[in-house]
Amino acid sequence: MRFTTSGFSRKKLAVATATLAATALLLTGCAGGSGTAPSTDGAAAGGGGDTSVTFIPKSLGNKYFEASDKGAAEAADELGMTFKEEGPTATGSADQVPFIQTAIQTGQKSIAIAANDPTAVCNDLEQARSQGVKVVAYDTDTDCRDVFVNQATVDGIAEGLVKLTADHLGEEGGTIAILSGGANAANLNAWVDAIQALIKKDHPNITVAKVAYGDDVDEKAYQEAQGLMQSIPDLKAIIAPDTVSVKEAAHYLADTPEYQGKVWVTGLGLPSEMAEYVESGIVEEFGLWNPEDLGYLASYAADALIAGTITGEEGDTFEAGKLGEYTVGEGGEIVLGPMFVFNKENVGDFSF
Amino acid sequence: MSQATLTPSSAPVPAPAERQYQRHDKPLWRRTLLRTESAIILAIVLLLVIATFTVPFFAQPYTYQTMILNSAPVLLMLLPVTLIIITGDIDLSVGSVLGFSSAIFGLAFQAGIPIGVAAVLGVLAGGLVGVLNGVLVTIVGLPSLAVTIGTLALFRGIAVGLLGTTSVTDFPTDITRAMTAPLGGLPVPVVTLAIVVLALLFGALLHFTPFGRGVFAIGQSPENAAFSGVRVNRTRLILFVMSSLVAGATGVYFTLQYSNAIGTNGFGFELQVVTAIVLGGVSIWGGRGTILGALAGGVLIAALNKTLQLAGIGSDTISIVTGAALIFSVVVASVAGFISRRRRSKATAVVAVGT
Repeated sequence: MRFTTSGFSRKKLAVATATLAATALLLTGCAGGSGTAPSTDGAAAGGGGDTSVTFIPKSLGNKYFEASDKGAAEAADELGMTFKEEGPTATGSADQVPFIQTAIQTGQKSIAIAANDPTAVCNDLEQARSQGVKVVAYDTDTDCRDVFVNQATVDGIAEGLVKLTADHLGEEGGTIAILSGGANAANLNAWVDAIQALIKKDHPNITVAKVAYGDDVDEKAYQEAQGLMQSIPDLKAIIAPDTVSVKEAAHYLADTPEYQGKVWVTGLGLPSEMAEYVESGIVEEFGLWNPEDLGYLASYAADALIAGTITGEEGDTFEAGKLGEYTVGEGGEIVLGPMFVFNKENVGDFSF
Repeated sequence: MSQATLTPSSAPVPAPAERQYQRHDKPLWRRTLLRTESAIILAIVLLLVIATFTVPFFAQPYTYQTMILNSAPVLLMLLPVTLIIITGDIDLSVGSVLGFSSAIFGLAFQAGIPIGVAAVLGVLAGGLVGVLNGVLVTIVGLPSLAVTIGTLALFRGIAVGLLGTTSVTDFPTDITRAMTAPLGGLPVPVVTLAIVVLALLFGALLHFTPFGRGVFAIGQSPENAAFSGVRVNRTRLILFVMSSLVAGATGVYFTLQYSNAIGTNGFGFELQVVTAIVLGGVSIWGGRGTILGALAGGVLIAALNKTLQLAGIGSDTISIVTGAALIFSVVVASVAGFISRRRRSKATAVVAVGT
């Protein structure tokens, strides 16, 4: 308490000295750490013509973003760009803000961001753009960017999944079902609608008997897959445009030999989760986009923005290394390409 | 504890005993400088000076502007929570109250209510949570840790449930811009003014009023405080309401700062608040601490974050540094306390023999 009279100074002296010591320690830590940083930063800021990009994923330690940032680093290497990956460990709405600020302050020429919260980062992204920093959104769009590198369009996903299924069913077609995730998930519902519309238009021999929802929960999706296979006797295929649903549909199929070879499962899945089913032949093919290519393209887009090859205007074109030429579409969107198909040959190559 | 036994009659009746407190065995400069708060402030100054010379791009107004913007919610909310911790209670619900108030504010604004009225509704929604916390702790008599962990989950759930996966983002840009604008020509944002004013208010309340002395007395011993005329439960209830009102106001501010009302706003802030307070020398057991110390603790963490981020050090390492700093400060304070208690008890023994 404030009015303690004895033993006062020694205790406080001890606290004071110790805190100072702690700070000194921290500071030496800082100084040591910063010893490496400024050399690259200094070069980036002072070099003028040098290009640099900071990738800010939704969070660190996420395999999907590790893959995309790996592709981004590869592209930056090819382009001779200084590459940095920095991001939060949590996915709160404002958690990415300090990293945008740091990128502005350290004179980065461009920022590529997968925003957790497209609005919350806007203020700082606008600040960045007002200082000439080019902003590329990847994976998730925000309002305040120069271009958005979109991994997949609704139609692209629908076309990809319907093509896989139609190719499998062949001429005779048959009855299929859709197993989605949450009934209220906007992106999933858009895909489901597009899949149904496309089947109606192009494949009159295929009927969608039912749309079920796994609610993003393993157990629920498993039970829904079970329900579909039991209640629809002539079911030939399930399309599951949700990573949990496709995994659990495959899981149920693996547990139930009588449906194997009878019901065919495909959807949007993660290679790490689907590998065991693909390798055992339960699932032949499934789709997603390739996050490494997504990061790779985002780096090339950032470089093209810095160089002035593109400005985000519709119709601008640029070369993206091994991926070839890309054109900026409506609203500054650059679409990665058709759905990437995983099968027995390539599923083991991906770690996300 | 030994302090209380040393001057048993000191806490209750202020007037006659007051003269006793003024017995200082050390000169004023030593009492001012050799305090936890002074050490923390010195650490901040040293950190800023060294960062200015060693960390590239640190020495510019933008650094300070963003440093305060990023830490403003925590700096605001830690002020009333400091008083709660000094009474020996804790309020872990502030982060969720921020989210709840943000959701109410957003929904009210979306429903077409004028933004000023919506903001007041947001703050009041926060205050209501405070009443619930306070009633459960005082009238029902449950431990504040359990109660506020409960409301932490409860109000986060309600906040997320109210808005679902949507968020309200179409706030007028002139207002959201004003939130992050610099204060006059200074290199600090407008919110600095709110932090300073609230800090002065809560500092005055804690250190210069009978209410504040009651807060310390409750932290030392609620029974003694009650016997000496402190209205213990009323004080605790008021503090919980204050804490949630400030968290509610912070929720409205945060919503406008990021122009986004969403139920997950302020997730995990309660721990940042408690970390700053404890780093600032406030005893988690209650009875000891200052507003200045808690605020300085918050600023030190903000400055550390900014420095390490600019030095290109990853967020995982920053967490490690903050955690280590906290443990270090707590361990040092408790070891120092142990040593001084031993010295003091020896001294008291000698005095006792002497008389």
